[in-house]
Amino acid sequence: MAILRVNPTRMELTRLKKRLKTAVRGHKLLKDKQDELMKKFIDLIKKNKELRESVEEELINAFKNFLIARAVMSSDIIEEAIMYPTEKISLELEKKNIMSVISPVFELIKNKEEKEDAEGIYPYGLANTSGELDNAIYYLQKVLDRMIELAQVEKTCQLMADEIEKTRRRVNALEHVMIPQLQETVKYITMKLDENERGNRVRLMKVKELVQKDA
Amino acid sequence: MSMYKIGVIGDKDSILGFKVLGISVFPTTDMRKASQTIKKLAKENYAIIFITEQLAKDIEETIDEYKRSVIPAIILIPNNQGTLGLGIDGVKKSVEKAIGADILFGKEGR
Repeated sequence: MAILRVNPTRMELTRLKKRLKTAVRGHKLLKDKQDELMKKFIDLIKKNKELRESVEEELINAFKNFLIARAVMSSDIIEEAIMYPTEKISLELEKKNIMSVISPVFELIKNKEEKEDAEGIYPYGLANTSGELDNAIYYLQKVLDRMIELAQVEKTCQLMADEIEKTRRRVNALEHVMIPQLQETVKYITMKLDENERGNRVRLMKVKELVQKDA
Repeated sequence: MSMYKIGVIGDKDSILGFKVLGISVFPTTDMRKASQTIKKLAKENYAIIFITEQLAKDIEETIDEYKRSVIPAIILIPNNQGTLGLGIDGVKKSVEKAIGADILFGKEGR
């Protein structure tokens, strides 16, 4: 392992030892974070998978009904029928922090227009439209809440996957590069300093010998 | 806290029904237009954009741009022809990215 390019001095040694301590501590913290993230991620991704499978199934079902509705009715009538929705929806967004991953929390808000003779969510009269359209819309409305949930879970999973990858890179960099490098360098400086010390002592002894011989 | 909106992009026959629920519908079959719509919606307070897989498969780059931001969440949905399996693929990709191996779907022998 390559060592850092530093002057082998006592000051540098203290500095490096401090850095090593920080690195080890940081590594431990990041590793804990990674473990915790992973645990949460696995729970969440399982939910994501189940949710997606069921939402897809329900959506396809709704689309099938809609397709039939389109087949039996002319597109003019369909478009006319659904031109003015009785409902207006909007979302409220909150941001939740899961292990430093900022993830969205959606909340659906339905603003229903008050109408006395309105039956359910259907914005059209029943005269010109087929039952399949009613079905399609009924199914779509039923799946909507779960679609919002899916959006929230899936987005969180994506963001978490990103964060996990980033954390893993950091952990690896610390574990396999930074920490060994620092350890090697500390060892190198210690050895160099000891060597200097020995050299110094030998020189002193030699000088003393010479001085005593002259005297 | 401001209000956010939901949008759907896809072919008209599939997504028109969402209009009844009060969701903004953007019917198109052209990939360039779809990608422009996503960019437009992302700037306009749309928190969730549903897009059909049939459209999404050609504009992956545009969708990937928004993967790292908290909103909008771009979610793939099947259209009336059924699913292409892209949505579930996306979930799989997240797993592979995070864990390095596919642990959820491996049992199904893909």
